[in-house]
Amino acid sequence: MAGGAAPGGSTASDTYARARHWLLMPSWAVLGVFVLAPVCVMVIYSFLTKEFRGGVIWDPTLAAYDQFFFDRGLFGDSDPKLQWTYITIFWRSIWQAGLATILSLLIGFPTAYYIATRPAKTRALWVFLITIPYWVNLLIRTVSMKFLLRDEGPLNDFLLNIGLITEPLQIINTNLAVQLGLFYSYLPFMVLPIYAAVERYNFSMSEAAADLYATKWTTLRRIVLPAVRPGVIAGCILVFVPSLGAFLAPDLLGGAKNFMIGSLIEEQFKGNAGNWPFGAAASMILLSMVLILLMIFAHQQRRAEASA
Amino acid sequence: MKLLTSSAMALALLANSAAAEGELVIYHWFEYMPAELLEKFEAETGIKVTMDTYDSNEAMLASLKAGGMGTYDVAVPGDYMVQIMAGEGLLDTIADGELTNKGNIASAWADPSFDPGRKHSIPYQWGSTSFSVNTEDYDGEINTTDLLFNPPEELSGKINMLDSQGEVMALAALHMGFPQCDTDRDRLSALNDMLQNAKTHWASFNSDTAKEVLVSGDVSVGMIYDGFSAKAREERASITYAFPTQGYVVWMDNVVLLKDAPNRDSAIKFMDFLLEPENIAAVSNYARYGLGVTGAEEFLDPDLATLPEANPPETAGAGAFIAVCDQATQAVYDQIWTNLKN
Amino acid sequence: MSAKTDVRTYTGFRFMTILCLVVLYAPLIVVTVYSFNASRSLTVWEGLSLRWYAEVFVGPESAKFKQAALNSFSIALIAATLATAIATAAATAIVRGGKFRLRTPSLGLITLPIMVPEIVLAVATLIFFNSVGFTRGYMTILVAHIAFCIPFAYLPIQARMQGIEDTYEHAAMDLYATRAQAFRRILLPLMMPGIISGFLLAFIVSLDDFIITNFVKGAGVETLPTAIFGSVKQGLKPNIMAISTMLLGFSIVMVTLSYFASKRNNTQ
Repeated sequence: MAGGAAPGGSTASDTYARARHWLLMPSWAVLGVFVLAPVCVMVIYSFLTKEFRGGVIWDPTLAAYDQFFFDRGLFGDSDPKLQWTYITIFWRSIWQAGLATILSLLIGFPTAYYIATRPAKTRALWVFLITIPYWVNLLIRTVSMKFLLRDEGPLNDFLLNIGLITEPLQIINTNLAVQLGLFYSYLPFMVLPIYAAVERYNFSMSEAAADLYATKWTTLRRIVLPAVRPGVIAGCILVFVPSLGAFLAPDLLGGAKNFMIGSLIEEQFKGNAGNWPFGAAASMILLSMVLILLMIFAHQQRRAEASA
Repeated sequence: MKLLTSSAMALALLANSAAAEGELVIYHWFEYMPAELLEKFEAETGIKVTMDTYDSNEAMLASLKAGGMGTYDVAVPGDYMVQIMAGEGLLDTIADGELTNKGNIASAWADPSFDPGRKHSIPYQWGSTSFSVNTEDYDGEINTTDLLFNPPEELSGKINMLDSQGEVMALAALHMGFPQCDTDRDRLSALNDMLQNAKTHWASFNSDTAKEVLVSGDVSVGMIYDGFSAKAREERASITYAFPTQGYVVWMDNVVLLKDAPNRDSAIKFMDFLLEPENIAAVSNYARYGLGVTGAEEFLDPDLATLPEANPPETAGAGAFIAVCDQATQAVYDQIWTNLKN
Repeated sequence: MSAKTDVRTYTGFRFMTILCLVVLYAPLIVVTVYSFNASRSLTVWEGLSLRWYAEVFVGPESAKFKQAALNSFSIALIAATLATAIATAAATAIVRGGKFRLRTPSLGLITLPIMVPEIVLAVATLIFFNSVGFTRGYMTILVAHIAFCIPFAYLPIQARMQGIEDTYEHAAMDLYATRAQAFRRILLPLMMPGIISGFLLAFIVSLDDFIITNFVKGAGVETLPTAIFGSVKQGLKPNIMAISTMLLGFSIVMVTLSYFASKRNNTQ
């Protein structure tokens, strides 16, 4: 799990070795009590019984997971079939997050590459420009996007005025709006790691390839891309994972109609449904998916480091 | 000397009101209580008011059951929800004589079936729920639930629904001509299928923006409350409230005293305050709904009596309150709602 | 030589970069511009005006937003300060504490809040507070913020500390400075740019948080994001755009500060 963060081993100093447990105590205490313990309690809740009209009964059951995976009909007594409702929601989330990631990669990679090949002085400024939007409140950015995309909003006005379209495009409350929102929310996360990787890339390799008559695009595909792959994977993870659990974009841009995982979970706690064990179970399934993804990533990263 | 004693008494009175100062935490529907009225209450009593909002009866219940009890003093559930909350033991009982203004309650609302004898609640506002149509976009007959559940091609994708299980299900039952809390399996399956098909024509589920989406033109048909629709009409004249021939939902919101209220005394004062005709009339003037207190007529905006949203035409079907189902029946409706929302 | 620069550049990449910046900035610029619109309508432009800014400060919702801003900034300040202190201690142990068995698990625990999807953390925290019987309110928001801010404060501090050789501290200790003195007089000043970046990052992350706050907030306690969300749910209003623009300005000031902090970081 620690693969995502730098393990911090390059300068193995033991200056403060004697105090290390004291120094770590506050973070263990705070994170242990307010992060680790809650996740454990959530696991327990996912195995409890839902009380009629909200709340839980301390009675262990697999009902929440059963509800997730099996359809027992409207009246709860038909033969169990595979339940597609929630799998569809998860699949839709993966699909939306995946499209947003691809879109970010398509724009983010050239951008990162372009910035990394600028003279050192202007580079910092470019990075600064890319990071500013990330510092702006995500809610505000999503709201801005909603305003921009409205049927009577500035984007449609602009396109109508330049004559590119004759009728307003209906983007808001569609899957496209959600994808655009996710893409827009996390685009800087794609650019920065790729930028860091390209910056470290040794361009004499490109030159060597050119000397061997490789075309530029072949060089990009066969030499540059493999060399910066860890950065690309890191960027994809940083866009994909938060998109997967996103709540604001589907709620504000998608019209709260086509649920994503985040909205499904939220509905169990804040909305009409009030089914805590089911919300906890859905959270558990999401968490497992993300952890598996991160483990694969960490494994890849180790392999890349080993081969480098 | 007389001046001195009287100013001392005035000071003592001030001190008294300062001592009586407290807090009040209200759990209320969104955009429905005029801010000026709360300021008036604060000025009269010295009680500091905090208000949190919700957008459906079910969401309020879920939030209260999820650790919200003991943090709020009063809430404003609809009729059927008062009955559910009382059944769940979430409501405190108002003792006889505790409310000075209890006699102001109109006789029609003094002993409702959802709270016999008004033990836990006072009337707040009543109104109806159906839907409104932007007649600029649609010039056909609007007084039919077909516009929501079986819309013509031109309205497909231009419909907003309230994100409120009770009201959507009740209106759907009226559309099909079925009873509420039905236990007939064929009819329930038919209801489920009808809603699944209707969903393909809907643009969004949203209660908070029910007015905004109609006014902005984002949708042409939107499920809405009558008073909210009257406010929408003030901003866009073509928003017309429909009274379907199949019937529509009627409701009464009530101020209830919550169990474990941290500021019970403030809550009682607030309820008395809302039973003053002048105060509750201010809510009606703002929110455009009916009230349940006698003697308020002189304070009411004269326009309210002739609001098209509050005066159903003769063709209108009957108004129906939302029914409270037992656990097994409710489980089926919950399942239908889950199918619908996903 | 021109051939050399040539292998670096690709046609179209410059266009994509500009497109990227346009995409990133267009919504923000549009909202900023419309926050100065005199009209109540969102679609019609009626000339420049500061009326929506005035409404934020004196309008009917001003009390709510003032309280929310106060809550947001006080929570962000306390949470970022405590998270930075905790993260600095933890980074010292992990980077300068030698090799020990709990090192990897500790690092895992510290980075856990950024590995776990935010909605999951929100659900877990809500359930936890509920099961131990904490009444939700200001304190529950604060505690949750301290916890999830730790990794954001930690990462820049760790990165900075890794770049500092421990020879300075050893030299100081050779001159009979105690370990604590070496830490306070040598390591801490050298780490300062990292600590500042960590603090600013934690501060912004706390100020920015909506999902977790929305789950753990109690009756009537709002932060700016939850108050804005509450208003936006009923439709976009011009005063929300004014608040957004002010927060945007604040964020830009903060990034600029952190930019210069990191510049010092690089030159030192």
